[in-house]
Amino acid sequence: MSAVDQVSGRACVLRGDDIDTDRIIPARFLRCVTFDGLGEHAFEDDRIQAKGDHPLDDDRFDGASVLVVGANFGCGSSREHAPQALMRAGFQAFVGLSFAEIFAGNCTALGLPYVTLAANDLAALMDSVTLDPDQQVEVDIEARTVTSRAGTVAATIPDGVRKQLLENRWNGTEVLLEAGDAIEATASKIPYLSDFAG
Amino acid sequence: MAIDMTSTNLLNKVWDAHSVRELPGGQTQLFIGLHLIHEVTSPQAFAALREMNLPVRFPKRTVATIDHIIPTLSQQRPLADSLAEEMMVAIEDSCKEHGIRLFDTASGQQGVVHVIGPELGLTQPGMTIACGDSHTSTHGAFGAIAFGIGTSQVRDVLATQCLTMARPKVRRIEVNGKLSAGVFAKDVILAIIRKLGVNGGVGYAYEYAGTVLDAMSIEERLTVCNMSIEGGARCGYVNPDDTTIEYLREREFSPEGESFDRAARWWKSLASDPDAPYDDRVELDGNKIAPSVTWGINPGQNISVDERLPRIDEAAPKDRPSLEEAYAYMSLKPGEPISGTPIHVAFIGSCTNGRISDLREAARVAQSGHVAPGVKALVVPGSQAVARQAEAEGLHEVFRAAGFEWRLAGCSMCLAMNPDKLVDREVCASSSNRNFKGRQGSPVGRTLLMSPAMVAAAAIRGKVTDVREVL
Repeated sequence: MSAVDQVSGRACVLRGDDIDTDRIIPARFLRCVTFDGLGEHAFEDDRIQAKGDHPLDDDRFDGASVLVVGANFGCGSSREHAPQALMRAGFQAFVGLSFAEIFAGNCTALGLPYVTLAANDLAALMDSVTLDPDQQVEVDIEARTVTSRAGTVAATIPDGVRKQLLENRWNGTEVLLEAGDAIEATASKIPYLSDFAG
Repeated sequence: MAIDMTSTNLLNKVWDAHSVRELPGGQTQLFIGLHLIHEVTSPQAFAALREMNLPVRFPKRTVATIDHIIPTLSQQRPLADSLAEEMMVAIEDSCKEHGIRLFDTASGQQGVVHVIGPELGLTQPGMTIACGDSHTSTHGAFGAIAFGIGTSQVRDVLATQCLTMARPKVRRIEVNGKLSAGVFAKDVILAIIRKLGVNGGVGYAYEYAGTVLDAMSIEERLTVCNMSIEGGARCGYVNPDDTTIEYLREREFSPEGESFDRAARWWKSLASDPDAPYDDRVELDGNKIAPSVTWGINPGQNISVDERLPRIDEAAPKDRPSLEEAYAYMSLKPGEPISGTPIHVAFIGSCTNGRISDLREAARVAQSGHVAPGVKALVVPGSQAVARQAEAEGLHEVFRAAGFEWRLAGCSMCLAMNPDKLVDREVCASSSNRNFKGRQGSPVGRTLLMSPAMVAAAAIRGKVTDVREVL
């Protein structure tokens, strides 16, 4: 675990809105007791249907570490298997128009930044990367920007998440344990944990 | 006389009662009163706990069951699917090691996690509830704040009984008027999602209210809250009222005697104050809601059964690619009626609509005919308790006589993690919650979401049918 202040590398463009976690990792691959090996199954059914014509099978996007997506990416099931599969397929950051909430929470828990751009900036980034996939795309968490050959544009990331990533506080368990006895103290005041007394 | 009594909504009351501390990033360290786990999203969390050498901090506040992978034809161990069996063993071992109560098939209380929590009285108003499943929003029907989490967060709850959460905004959704015959809770939530969109709820908790919600049973409210996440809202709730309190009386895990009375007073006090502020308000006319059917690849793509499919050129330009993608996948045509669309499979069950009231409504329709030739129809009770109740009422015989298969409790064909799956391009009339591409197990399978009564009507006619013609 370490601080995440920026991710830079090649990018992959995945167009379309409302791409759900069933598509990111079909349910049959959730029959497992570890996340190992999920990377190769990312978007498996979409890729089979596309017969090789899927961005994840496009050689021009080989080795991409930034995934550029549309609106409401990661909606649906809470399965952490979805960001786990994408992480294991090499992606270390997501840039999109918007992200579903549970997916976003799972990304934070894995130290994977997700940032949103204004619609015209996102469209320009998608076009730029599609035309010139060899370029480096830089997602800067500290500066809240995304830089590509289309220029440097403002990116949005929730303040709390940004702080967690920058200060190496994205491992929830470690941070939550710091509260110590305050956890038990809170529990002792919750009515249903004390027979509704008081 | 100045009294400091700031009016507020239920979400804020419950949130504040469970706040351990504010975190440096502005989020809340939120205590989780009830943690529900199942076999699919917990094994890696237990493994992480072992790696960190941490105990389960409040083992009595976690409850487990088995639902996603369990077959519904035979639940004989070892399971035929060795991967499923491995997951069963993993959750059994973890629960034993950490002293967590597990409702397995031998308990007689196993079932879909969002069905058993309510029916056992585990789910109560004012609780914070988390589960590694997006449909945890279901439990909000009691006036609990309940949301789905990922596996790393399951680890967080096991280790600390807390989560890092940002307080959501609250949108009050009032559905007023009265539902007409043949219109169910499922149609209400489909209408809400159609109006607000599949991502309209991102960042919000939905507070469902109005005369339609007031008149609903707890089971109907469970259906509405269940699909909050399909509208993008991680949690949705209904304020506790007398219906809530009466439902909880004498449930196995409900408080008893005088503590029930004290509980009921607290539960009622949690309801949003009459002049509570909201971040947004929306109103729907319940009189106008009709039986609804999804036609596309997300739950927002739904229409009334008597409507025609939307025309692409009439949609906003930004929505057109989604419509085109949906039409291409579903092989349906803009402008055509949805009624009459042939189906191959009918599925009644799931955390959305697998409760006893759902089965009763479906059985009322089923007894009017027989499953059409070539249609495979399944009824999967949401829990062993639902199955027992249905059998006591003879519903299983009604279904069997009408040509439906009567199965064992589990998630079944909602999500294709067990042997119940669509094959190839089959079209399924389904009482579940998601019509995503490939959701029901075939990468090209097609799902039409609707109420259980509408599924039964479709099964009998072999095509999408307005249930009002059958009732």
